Amino acid sequence: MKLLAWLGRKVGGALVVLWLVATAIFIGVRLIPGDPAEAIMGGPGSQASAEALANARSEYGLDLPIVSQYFLFLAKLIRLDFGTSYSFKDPVLQIMGEVLPPTINLALMALAVAWLLALLLALLAMRANKFGQLLGNAVEIVAAAVPHFWLGAVLIMLFSSMLGWLPAVANGTAAGLVLPVLTLALPLAGFLTQLMRDSLNTAMGSQFALAARARGESRLTVFRRHGLRHAALPALGLTGWAFSSLLSGAVVVEAIFARPGLGRSLLSAVLARDIPMVTGIALFSALVYIVVMALTEAIERLIDPAGAES
Amino acid sequence: MSRTAKILSLLFIAFWVLTAFVPALIAPADPLAINPSQAFQAPSGAHIFGTDESGRDVFTRVIHGAGDSLYIGLAATALGMGLALVLGTAAALAPRWLDEVILRVLEALYSVPSLLMALLIIAFTGPGVGPAIVAVGLSTAPGYARLVRSQIRTLKNSEMLEAATVLGRGTWRKVRNHLVPNALQPLLALVTLGIGQAVIWAAALSFLGLGTPPPAPEWGAMLSAGRTYLHLAWWLSFFPGLAIVVVAAGATLIGRALGGKVKAI
Repeated sequence: MKLLAWLGRKVGGALVVLWLVATAIFIGVRLIPGDPAEAIMGGPGSQASAEALANARSEYGLDLPIVSQYFLFLAKLIRLDFGTSYSFKDPVLQIMGEVLPPTINLALMALAVAWLLALLLALLAMRANKFGQLLGNAVEIVAAAVPHFWLGAVLIMLFSSMLGWLPAVANGTAAGLVLPVLTLALPLAGFLTQLMRDSLNTAMGSQFALAARARGESRLTVFRRHGLRHAALPALGLTGWAFSSLLSGAVVVEAIFARPGLGRSLLSAVLARDIPMVTGIALFSALVYIVVMALTEAIERLIDPAGAES
Repeated sequence: MSRTAKILSLLFIAFWVLTAFVPALIAPADPLAINPSQAFQAPSGAHIFGTDESGRDVFTRVIHGAGDSLYIGLAATALGMGLALVLGTAAALAPRWLDEVILRVLEALYSVPSLLMALLIIAFTGPGVGPAIVAVGLSTAPGYARLVRSQIRTLKNSEMLEAATVLGRGTWRKVRNHLVPNALQPLLALVTLGIGQAVIWAAALSFLGLGTPPPAPEWGAMLSAGRTYLHLAWWLSFFPGLAIVVVAAGATLIGRALGGKVKAI
């Protein structure tokens, strides 16, 4: 019963957020100066034919009063009808079905790699001497400050141009995935390590860690049984944000490595000012964020015994 | 913040301010002057960052690019923070229902990833420097606003404000003497961290071809242009990117020294 209520609250909240995003897009389109039919078809530069403009006018009900237009727009969205992308000439929903899986794959793999790296680095930092700590600190800060588009270029220079180990273009093979995943994962790993180290230090210096040590457990056992949980929780709370920053990064990474996906489709849709496509992708990424947030909250409740009761 | 850290931070800021306003002081050459016979020179004593495909000196261009890149980053942060201050303060001080409404709106804005939101805005406005500033500013505002709100709320319920209320201080005096000074330090730290991020986002937009157009020496645009020659001349992409990393890492260090925590912005 409690679970159902929680689920109901989440779904309700998600609908409100999606409605707000959709409304913002509706207002945005109407704020573009000039003919909204032309704006939907890519602005004055697209030189849409009179017939195409007339089609857009009737499809979006642009001759109706603005309130009716708004409800027509929402009614279409509820039926998952995002319209037809005029730059790809296919229904938006169908294109998203094709471009979403590669991007989600890329983001999930980068998330996993970033977590592994961060845990490893946090563990190493725990055992490091003062110089090691300082070095770790510097690496984290630089890693978190490196833009994806530069990191990608540097990795290509190193591993593709100079060493010739890995392909510079995502060619569908496992080797072609290494550089894109690393490009996305390294900056995130920098962020996560900073967070984990802070909470790990607090946990390992706390009373319960001391008590466990006094009972004769080794430092590693204390880390595994107590420290890990405390290190993971705050970083886990950031997963929603991390996933959303990975989607941002995917736009750049897919452009660098010529990888098909959501980011590249969005970029070409933006360049063509393809409003239906852009609307679909924005709503979809908002939905992905909401789902990831709900999942993390559920996992947090499982891990954190204190959270389960509140 | 220790004395050494303060001096280093000030030197760092002074260097970039100088570079942004009088780049000719450090690199006197013309960043746009082409010299085809000198194209693709590797870094050497004459051209410490090498030359690009038209024989332009990369070092000169990186130094002259600081103005554009930092201007976009600063303007975007100012816009985002300004909006966040209004929204966050309003939410924190408003009646419960209005707070709830603002929070929902912020959550909706926050749920669209920053770069995607920036791209969405550019889909409406078309590319350019102005749109890039608006796009980066608006996409960072929701994150800031949530932090401003929680900051002000904590202060609002603090004992010193309770004491001021008990002493019968007026609202304006409470805002001026307690809220503003106590909120300022953390916000300053946040802004410093944010500038580094905004410089990266702005460069990312130029890199994607949506910000500063190519001939101008903007870091993201330079990197994007150099990408074509990555296998031939690594220095074209390497040094503009290095400048971004130095600014972003420096901003992060100063922001953290000011007491900022690494948070999702």
